Amino acid sequence: MRKVFLIISREYLSRVQKKSFLIMTFLVPTLLIAMYAIIFLIFVKGDNEVQQVKVLDKSGIFNNHFKNQKNLNFTYIDYALVIAKKNLNQHKESFLLYIDANYAKNGNIQILSQKKPGLNLITDIENQMQTILQTQRLLAAGIDTAVLNQAEAQFSITAKQISEEGEKDTSIGATAIIGFVTSFLIYMALFIYGAQVMRGVIEEKSNRIIEVIVSSVKPFQLMLGKILGIGAVGLTQFLLWIILSTSLTSAASFVLVTDGGNIKDKIAQKSVTTNGDNKVNELPNNPINNVMKAIDTLDFVYIISCFLFYFIGGYLIYSALFAAVGSAVDNETETQQFMLPITLPLIFTFIIGMNVIINNPDSSLAFWLSIIPFTSPIAMMIRIPFGVPNCQLALSVVLLVAGFVFTTWVASRIYRVGILMYGKKVSYKELVKWFFY
Amino acid sequence: MLSIQNISKHYAQHTALNKVSMEVQRGQIFGLLGPNGAGKTSLIRIINQITAPDEGQIFFNDKKLNQSHIAKIGYLPEERGLYKKMEIGEQLIYLARLKGLTRADAFAKTKYWFIKMEMETWWKKKVEDLSKGMQQKVQFVASILHQPELIILDEPFSGFDPVNAEVIKNEILELNKQGATLIFSTHRMESVETLCQHIVILNKAHKILDGNLNEIRNSYRNSSFKIVVDNPFTQTNFENFEILSTTFLNECWQYYIKLNEAANLNQVLLSIIPQTQIISVQEIIPSINDIFIERVTPKAGSYA
Repeated sequence: MRKVFLIISREYLSRVQKKSFLIMTFLVPTLLIAMYAIIFLIFVKGDNEVQQVKVLDKSGIFNNHFKNQKNLNFTYIDYALVIAKKNLNQHKESFLLYIDANYAKNGNIQILSQKKPGLNLITDIENQMQTILQTQRLLAAGIDTAVLNQAEAQFSITAKQISEEGEKDTSIGATAIIGFVTSFLIYMALFIYGAQVMRGVIEEKSNRIIEVIVSSVKPFQLMLGKILGIGAVGLTQFLLWIILSTSLTSAASFVLVTDGGNIKDKIAQKSVTTNGDNKVNELPNNPINNVMKAIDTLDFVYIISCFLFYFIGGYLIYSALFAAVGSAVDNETETQQFMLPITLPLIFTFIIGMNVIINNPDSSLAFWLSIIPFTSPIAMMIRIPFGVPNCQLALSVVLLVAGFVFTTWVASRIYRVGILMYGKKVSYKELVKWFFY
Repeated sequence: MLSIQNISKHYAQHTALNKVSMEVQRGQIFGLLGPNGAGKTSLIRIINQITAPDEGQIFFNDKKLNQSHIAKIGYLPEERGLYKKMEIGEQLIYLARLKGLTRADAFAKTKYWFIKMEMETWWKKKVEDLSKGMQQKVQFVASILHQPELIILDEPFSGFDPVNAEVIKNEILELNKQGATLIFSTHRMESVETLCQHIVILNKAHKILDGNLNEIRNSYRNSSFKIVVDNPFTQTNFENFEILSTTFLNECWQYYIKLNEAANLNQVLLSIIPQTQIISVQEIIPSINDIFIERVTPKAGSYA
């Protein structure tokens, strides 16, 4: 045990003292904050471009009924189509919406412009026209506008989750983001630190120091020491990132709030200035509030401890496999053929996770992926923010522990033979043979 | 101190060792010789407990070889290697600690050897900044730092320039005087001839020779001599000896002769002296290499 500890401390210290470790430690949170800031700026400032739509309504039904939106501004004209078209040539940025007098029969509604209209623009206009028509028809049927306004329900769905502690506000968006980010981090970490283990093994093998070392310690002790040492580097990095980014974000949001006045005010002002009609923006929840609220409802201690557990478990499984691969080859270029079966379950889970699990976290596919040890570190992390039954979590944890004990055992049998083999192109058959030595 | 009994080791396609046994006495300088692929490295790896034998047993100081013996064995592998990016001082301390030394002890011993080997200025250097010869020196120190009772050196002199080889040789002899037992393993048999007291020759997984070096060589003496004279013999037929070959070199005549049964050198010289001036006489003792070649290919041997 003393020797394993010695190896751990060498592996750990030799990496933590590197310049690249320091750079990574500070660079990543800085980039994260920068990304956060950019998203924030886009959110607050919004899409500055307001598109001008000139409405030429020959039917007279839609005149003065379009509502201005954040990025849409309607004006009404009454020229002949030819003149309007000519004008359009001078105002390159604006759109001309032409509604024929007989549009209901011949369906002649056109949007004319020099640049191509976006899909959003057309959908927005179509939606508005539909609403206007409905209102017109209701009025024609004798229903009062005041009654109509009352009847028009303005709402957005608030998702509430019923649990033992009572109802909780949830936001699918924020939950999905947390699941995405944590599983993505695990996915990246397994690759980065697994590859480091592999490279470390190859380095010892190609430096030929391996024979000196294994004449002092058992190959298993060396492999274990290397895996745990590099794992500790990964944990240190994550902890530093968590500490740095939380302190940086809180500092940043503090500066933003005090510097720029109240953010909510700012957003409100923005909507007032860009919208003639306030009503459109009077949604009960604005998006930022939603996210903030949702983040408040998530149990971060629970998520972070799950994250650390699944990182460690997944790392132990995959780094043992990476170590076995490293032991089987003479240099890094030869690793390709063995890498695929290792990386495939990771990539597969990640892609499935981002598309299926995130949309349906309780499906049976999601269940199985979050139980199988090779896929559970990623799959389970996506599900955890949505809430996972304790018995499933326990099963997954037990299987993950069993999984890494098993893979470490298998890997160490290949490793102990592989590290002393030089100059041999190794096949899978060979690996199986080594295992049974 | 080391008793190797009936060790066999098989790999998938070939047998590396076939029922090999040998005894290494305490304080001995022991030569483990044989051509490439004879099984030397396999045997050394088994002694170092890097791999396990398929059959047979090894006893170290009369106890079955176990993990506690690791600290008592020093090993210089044929394939030399160190961590390229690690400082040499730290590296040596690390390797010594892996052998079981405390940090303070490892530090003191490293310091001692740095001064002894005149490498004080290398402490903070990295291995990649050293020349190949310097790396070999560091590697040698790494294998003996923990004061092992048994030192196994695989091809110890390969990679050294003559000056450093001499330095290492003297260190090895000094360690031997202090009580360490040494095993040399090499395929360059002439390189250890002057050092070893006892040799074992392996060939194709089998032990083909085992014994005291001088006894072996004496048993292979076949009364051949090299006689250098200033003028050629006038006579070509002698009753005491026969001439194997004659060469003219550096204004002198060199005769390789073989004594006939029951003849001795004095009689030979008596019959030559009237004919020419003798410059030197030397007995031809077979080298280990000759003995090895003879053992492996008995028919082609020049002394058969």
